[in-house]
Amino acid sequence: MADTAVKAGGGSAGAGISSTADPSARARAHRRAARRNTGSALLFLSPWIIGFCVFTAWPLIYSAYLSLTDYDVINDPEFVGFENYAQLFQDPKVLLALQNTAFFTFIQVPLYVIVSLALALLLQRAGRSAGFFRTIFFLPKMTPPVAIGILFLLLFNGQNGLINTVLGWFGINGPAWTTDPAWVKPGLIMMSLWTVGASVIILLAALQNVPEELYESARIDGAGFWRQSFSITIPMISPALFFIIVVNTIAGLQTFDEAYTAFFGSGNTTYSNDAALFYVIYLFQQAFEFLNMGYASAMAWLLFGVIMIVTAIQLIVSRRLVYYEGETPR
Amino acid sequence: MTQIVPPRPAEPDDAKPQPAEALVAPPRAATPGEDRIGTGAGARRKPGRGRRIFVVIALALLAVIFAYPFIWLVSASFKPRGEVFDNALIPKTFTLDNYVQVWAEAPVGLWLINTLIVTVLAATTVTITSAMVAWGFSYFRFRGRSALFALVLASMMLPGAVTMIPTFLIWNAMGFVGTLVPMWAQNLFASAFYVFLLRQFMLGLPRDLFDAARVDGATQWGVFWRIALPLTRPALAVVLVFEVQAVWTDLMRALIYLRDSSTFTIPRGLKSMVDAFGFGGEWHWEIIVTASVIATIPMIIVFFVGQKQIIQGVATSGMKG
Repeated sequence: MADTAVKAGGGSAGAGISSTADPSARARAHRRAARRNTGSALLFLSPWIIGFCVFTAWPLIYSAYLSLTDYDVINDPEFVGFENYAQLFQDPKVLLALQNTAFFTFIQVPLYVIVSLALALLLQRAGRSAGFFRTIFFLPKMTPPVAIGILFLLLFNGQNGLINTVLGWFGINGPAWTTDPAWVKPGLIMMSLWTVGASVIILLAALQNVPEELYESARIDGAGFWRQSFSITIPMISPALFFIIVVNTIAGLQTFDEAYTAFFGSGNTTYSNDAALFYVIYLFQQAFEFLNMGYASAMAWLLFGVIMIVTAIQLIVSRRLVYYEGETPR
Repeated sequence: MTQIVPPRPAEPDDAKPQPAEALVAPPRAATPGEDRIGTGAGARRKPGRGRRIFVVIALALLAVIFAYPFIWLVSASFKPRGEVFDNALIPKTFTLDNYVQVWAEAPVGLWLINTLIVTVLAATTVTITSAMVAWGFSYFRFRGRSALFALVLASMMLPGAVTMIPTFLIWNAMGFVGTLVPMWAQNLFASAFYVFLLRQFMLGLPRDLFDAARVDGATQWGVFWRIALPLTRPALAVVLVFEVQAVWTDLMRALIYLRDSSTFTIPRGLKSMVDAFGFGGEWHWEIIVTASVIATIPMIIVFFVGQKQIIQGVATSGMKG
């Protein structure tokens, strides 16, 4: 738009003064330089542009199309309209998978936030030893999720797992975490808390950015620990808390690796693994084990819809609760 | 305050609290050195010695809980088959047999090599291409730039499950299913999260430097490759380490694309061991446990080598996935 303005200006100047078209020429040179610049910019952007078209845009469109078909990879897709979507709502396994996933996510995320906040608050007060402890808390995040799934099977083993052995010291007869359908998800949630490390680091960084003056003036006003926490700490770190909640909710709704390792695959037919059937596991089975690519695509779009709605709700709620610096408090 | 204190050997762990401390005037007239050593991050609240001890004891207990699964795993890998589940901290019968056996029970060595190939290719390509794209977005001004960048951010939010099936069909049509190619080749096309991360960093670089290089006759590519990239090194290291971790531990992609045991990466291989030797199979948990240790050790090494980058990267922009 700026270019057009310059061009128009240059043109009228040339016509009015009848001198050589100097400004117009400069504008043209400028435009040429800008275009050359755009050319190089596009060259630098080309990996992403190609990747976006091939691995994002096209798959999105094609997945939407596939969701309206029956497709088993071998035969051509057969158009069936919205049948897959209709079937989604009659498939008891979809309902089960949604329930399992909702249970996992909406219990795990709050626990995740509480544990990571507690650890971050402790680390903040730990002085010089904080670095050492932070390393210990972060290391599980480096562990391959498959190994975490294996650890779950072993540590939570009902008969002789470490967890039940320790519970036994306190006279508690621990449940069969890996086989009792009622205890599979609580066990997986507990295991998942092992990898809070990244959230701890995010919250610790946020805590360290809270200006000390705020606490000083609060102390002068006689505010105690809890008052300070709820009136200063929590509001000041609320963007980080919000980030952790959103990211972990999205991750929780797509949980796969640990539960799949522990309960699914060729060697695990003996399990009553319905309790661990999370949504993406069922989607994966439909797509790559039963080769119902059309149905699995419809499942993917349902998941996409659920994630969008949940995230949107979180965003709306956050407008009231999250404080961003520079904003005037309401 | 920072100047008065003699510089201590660089400890990344202590680097964080210092700026915050330096901003605030020292509350008491203590000698600066003493103040620094005695307090630290915890200076924010009443620096009561009793409370500090309580905090450290609580952290130590929690650290034992967090470290114990590792310790348990390593300990179990030195136990004979019958003792894997005995929960003893020190193996009653110490044996190295598992570390000899594991290579014969499954092609773990091959899996490690496959994973190494995929990890190196994936991490280097995604780092370079994401840097290129980030440079395109941070240095150049062109029409539609913000709209295009909004698209990058939007694509970051897209759940992988939606594109998973058509992506598989692309690789299937190209005949690459069953090979290692789909495990890394998408990284030739940059990654939205890393573009975002690198762009943030590049926006902070001094623009005059690049304009001056242009005036001196450097090509656009030359400015990027020889001037911008070296300056971006800290952020590139973050991307590299993040991607190494993500690829080394990736199970889903391996389950989709790898068919033959000889092409497995280590997570896929471990999963096949659980299937073969686990509760549904032959109950050779000592082998599974040993392979798990072998799969995890490289990531522990990566963490200690790239600790600074990982902590900084996570603190400023979260972690992918």
